[in-house]
Amino acid sequence: MVAPPYDIEAVRRDFPILEQKVNGQALVYLDSAASSQRPRAVIDAVRRHYETSHANVHRGAHELSVRATEAYEDARACVAAHIGAEDAAEIVFVRGATEAINLVAGSLGKAHIGPGDEILLTKMEHHSNLVPWQLLAERTGATLRFVDVSPEGRLVLDDYARMLSERTRLVGVTHISNSLGVINPVREIAALAHEAGAFCLVDGAQAAPHLALDMGALGCDFYAFSGHKMCGPTGIGVLWARRAILEEMPPYQGGGEMIASVTLAGSTWAAVPHKFEAGTPNIAGAIGLGAAIRYLNTIGLDAIRRYETELLGYALERLGEIEGLRIYGPTDERVGVLSFTYLDVHAHDLATILDQRGIAIRAGHHCNQPLMEHLGVDATARASLYLYSTFQEVDALCEALHLAGEIFCGSA
Amino acid sequence: MSERVNSPDGTSIDRSIPSTLSDLFQEVILDHYRRPRNKGPLEAPTHSITMNNPLCGDVIELSLSVQADRIAEVRYEGRGCSISQAAASMMTERLKGAKLGEARALSAKFTRLLHGEEEVQRDEKLGDLRALAGVSKFPVRIKCALLGFNCLDELVGKPVAGGREPRSGPGEHR
Repeated sequence: MVAPPYDIEAVRRDFPILEQKVNGQALVYLDSAASSQRPRAVIDAVRRHYETSHANVHRGAHELSVRATEAYEDARACVAAHIGAEDAAEIVFVRGATEAINLVAGSLGKAHIGPGDEILLTKMEHHSNLVPWQLLAERTGATLRFVDVSPEGRLVLDDYARMLSERTRLVGVTHISNSLGVINPVREIAALAHEAGAFCLVDGAQAAPHLALDMGALGCDFYAFSGHKMCGPTGIGVLWARRAILEEMPPYQGGGEMIASVTLAGSTWAAVPHKFEAGTPNIAGAIGLGAAIRYLNTIGLDAIRRYETELLGYALERLGEIEGLRIYGPTDERVGVLSFTYLDVHAHDLATILDQRGIAIRAGHHCNQPLMEHLGVDATARASLYLYSTFQEVDALCEALHLAGEIFCGSA
Repeated sequence: MSERVNSPDGTSIDRSIPSTLSDLFQEVILDHYRRPRNKGPLEAPTHSITMNNPLCGDVIELSLSVQADRIAEVRYEGRGCSISQAAASMMTERLKGAKLGEARALSAKFTRLLHGEEEVQRDEKLGDLRALAGVSKFPVRIKCALLGFNCLDELVGKPVAGGREPRSGPGEHR
């Protein structure tokens, strides 16, 4: 084995939750695609905020409020630098990728999408990048169309190019599928969308934890992601959009924070991004997300990617040796989100058996019902790897799968 | 069953099946999962309902033919985990020919079984359903075991004191 790009044992020690037993066995956490764990640096940053600096933001009449506002806006600048945004004003803090997409559907949708217009999605979208558009289509009379997924688990790009037309107002695509692990060519997809005169929204919930991002190079108009999948707190996420587009979009929610002035006759809006941040934001969450980004950057996303790729290769090899096990999604251009079925053991039964071995996986449709139907399965088991996952954990998974085979088929 | 094998690095790996798991996935359960009884469509049912667990995607469609307060025929269709499907299969075996009151009593007993009440574990009226007693140790799986009975409760009414007539509101007939 080649020396790992970073000290994995040291990284594991950064995550207090990993040092525990579950059902009498050492915890093997393979559910990071659902929600990752947090390093002490993030937990401490949130605690420090509440212990020393908490007050409401942007009401700066006293010292604590000034401190809280600075920390909150520092976090915004940290996110902006991390994803190559031109301007911190392009970062809107939201609850998560789901709210980011709902914001775009609610705001841009209202202003720009009408009857006869088309919204082009794909058959591998998470429900969070499908249901907001269904609601919008119901409201506006727009039509949803869906790019096909190949048997191997990739988007059929010829299909995509054919479906684009002058009626297409927006293309919504996931950067990385939460079921198949496949990395989609979003740069090419965004370029084609723009040629057709459409906006391009990318759901980055599964990509932001793993890939170094550069909004300038990616070329999309909107990018959505969640903090909790990338070592940050829950309840904080990001919508990135080009400043000029954000400035044209009407507000999404009304309330405090998002106004310039209010009279009984009407109101005017604050400048971006505050126009989209009605109410007291998740201040501690944003600070925690900033800490998570700094933590990931001290290890380096490139180093994390190299390590995960090596670990993924090992997992694909080991799982590939298990008779009766089928992995969904391609073998290259992917991350370590591994959906699989095993013999006729239902995914929930697998999850129960693995849990008894201290192994946490997800089972079900992964908020991907249309994709599951497309794949012809009701449910899959999903093991997902992250920077703290180990080769031994992959071994433990394989061992527990043999146990499941023994229980269900009397043979391992 | 206990078996220890040596892994390539020389350490010993425990390959035995933990008793909680062998209690949960008993052979009779796997048998009903693989060879379901009374599965398939029912011609001209008097009562029919489909329910699912949105969280995990398990689905059961239960169809009854009720004549003169008695379940003359019962069939189900569905897909999902071994627990949900085996429980539905086992339930249909106990329902055929049962009076509606007996069906309600069965549902109440089964719920008690899943809550770990030892007394009902020996109740022969539960038949193969007794094998599902192990589910009580897995709280997240209880809803799997109950899916078929939830359908039954909707169709014949929950087992309330004094009993009541089956509801036949909209949506229950197909």
